[in-house]
Amino acid sequence: MISLSRTWAVMAKEFIQLTRDRLTYAMILLLPIVQLLLFGYAINDDPRSLPTAVLVQDNGAFSRSILTALDNSGYFEITLQARSQAELDRALARGEVQFAVMIPADFTNRVVRGDRAQILVEADASDPSATSGAVAAIASLPQQALVRELTGPLANRAPGTQPFEVVVQRRYNPEAITAYNIVPGLLGVILSMTLVMMTSLGMARERERGTMESLLATPVRPLEVMVGKLTPYVLVGLTQATVILVMARLLFHVPMSGGWIALGLGLMLFIIGSLALGFLISTVARTQLQAMQMSFFYMLPSILLSGFMFPFRGMPEWAQIIGTAIPVTHFLRVVRGSLLKGVGIENAGPSLFALALFVLVVGTLAMLRYRTTLD
Amino acid sequence: MSDAPDLVIDVRGLNKSFGALHAVKDFGIQVARGRICGFLGPNGAGKTTTLRMLCGLLTPDSGEGSVLGFDVMKQAREIKQRVGYMTQKFSLYEDLTIEQNLTFAARVHDLDRRKERVQAALERLGLVERRAQLAGNLSGGWKQRLALAVATLHEPDLLLLDEPTAGVDPEARRTFWDEIHAMSAEGMTVLVSTHYMDEAERCHEIAYIVGGRTLARGTADEVVDASGLITFHAEGPGADRLAAELRTKPGVEMAAPFGTVLHVSGRDRTALEAAIAPYRKPPLEWEETRPTLEDVFIQLIHDLEAEKRRAA
Repeated sequence: MISLSRTWAVMAKEFIQLTRDRLTYAMILLLPIVQLLLFGYAINDDPRSLPTAVLVQDNGAFSRSILTALDNSGYFEITLQARSQAELDRALARGEVQFAVMIPADFTNRVVRGDRAQILVEADASDPSATSGAVAAIASLPQQALVRELTGPLANRAPGTQPFEVVVQRRYNPEAITAYNIVPGLLGVILSMTLVMMTSLGMARERERGTMESLLATPVRPLEVMVGKLTPYVLVGLTQATVILVMARLLFHVPMSGGWIALGLGLMLFIIGSLALGFLISTVARTQLQAMQMSFFYMLPSILLSGFMFPFRGMPEWAQIIGTAIPVTHFLRVVRGSLLKGVGIENAGPSLFALALFVLVVGTLAMLRYRTTLD
Repeated sequence: MSDAPDLVIDVRGLNKSFGALHAVKDFGIQVARGRICGFLGPNGAGKTTTLRMLCGLLTPDSGEGSVLGFDVMKQAREIKQRVGYMTQKFSLYEDLTIEQNLTFAARVHDLDRRKERVQAALERLGLVERRAQLAGNLSGGWKQRLALAVATLHEPDLLLLDEPTAGVDPEARRTFWDEIHAMSAEGMTVLVSTHYMDEAERCHEIAYIVGGRTLARGTADEVVDASGLITFHAEGPGADRLAAELRTKPGVEMAAPFGTVLHVSGRDRTALEAAIAPYRKPPLEWEETRPTLEDVFIQLIHDLEAEKRRAA
């Protein structure tokens, strides 16, 4: 027989225990609310206002109209007026812009003459989904950009033909293969998932099992505990990275265009940063469950706001600011930059610096949080 | 009180609060080198908190004094290097082997000749054969002996033990105490908290604390003598059932059954004898005995409660 009283006994006890661990259950409630608000508004897989560099070598009136038309499409935001081809290329390689538009010197003349006028658009297609909308918008440029200019005598140019041609070059991932973008990105996500979670459990486990008291009774110093606890996981991280990179090459044929120094440096900084963050979490969490929840709380923005799953530039500015504070964001830039673009250490500089800063700040916080007493 | 010059623990006015709970109040204690001092008191008396303050695990809110010559308020790290501390709950790594736990302790204390020391500890414990066994699989008594070996591997000058033999069988307890006496003979000072009266009697001296206050201090004999308690015990059919009745009589400050024997204590000999006079007849056999430590401690708590009632 099922006894109502016995069932009630268990149920009442569970409810009481539920209210004891307030932090855990506050997070259970808070997690969906925060994440929903955050990602509901932040994610946009048809990004607009993409930063664009232009190199205008033609002084004619048509060039200005084309720039205006680009701007009006909503997909492009001209952030750089390059003065040379080299400057244009560098901006694209560094990832400062998503598009580079080049209008050649004789453009206006050729349009007037009806002589195969061209403009060249280079897209950073390492993340195909970030550029596909904009590339589609370019296709309609020739019909619309010069509608007002081509009046009077010019209106009688060969009917049915377009006044000029747009040549689009997809750089870094010309065939728009999603795996080329996702697989290097997975490196960052998988590493942070394992490393942050594993280390975040570290101190909480000592506390739960009671070994913390013995450990603190010894003269061991905070830095000794941190370095000692994290070093084994550096090896775990490096092993994981090797496995992922080898598989990316063998199974997905992800191009590896060089940039090994930048990649190696980024990898080390990212592994250490993730471990330091895990350690920081573990000095805050009272139990292993809390540590798990906090790591999870960190993982979602790492996946959704870092540019891994959705184009970084598609997010509103406030979400980009949050994304900038997440190390995965910078690591992804380093990994994609080196594997797909082969960029050297000088172009990966800003991202590497951001990663180093993260290591420093989080490491210091963790040291400040760590207590050598039970107070 | 002895005027021993070589005090390993010499603290005064220690205070520690956790939120609203004032766990230790103006606590002071002096322990001379090489002594085994028993630390007694009811649960919640502040024993664990005091031990943790003495080994640098907790910072006192206020107070002064030294442990091993180091400032108890400021030199927690120096103290930790020279103190061995054994926690109340088993706190070694259960997923490491016996030997690995010892090696960990040796490394954390930066000891030289690590292999030798670990080997020696294993031999002393008699665990050489079982060195590769997980610490978590040891029985209660062995766990405590291993914890003691780990806590003393760095040959500390002061050993703090927090109820080291709780839940351990009598034989294992005896072995444990033999080891403590052996270490004390080599000059180690020991402060050990316990609830067992037979263990209290194995100590050179004891301190009885309640609510962070020391109520009795000295050797077991000194504490009994200082209590001024007179104890009779009665043996015979139904003796143990008289406790409740006798407790109400003037002059009887405490009456407690120990099995079939009844202990009746008081400080006023005439009043006590008058109170038990009506019962001093066959089949009960009465005899005056020396009060036990337990009699004295129960008495001390009663006094404290009476004092609190008067103050209220």
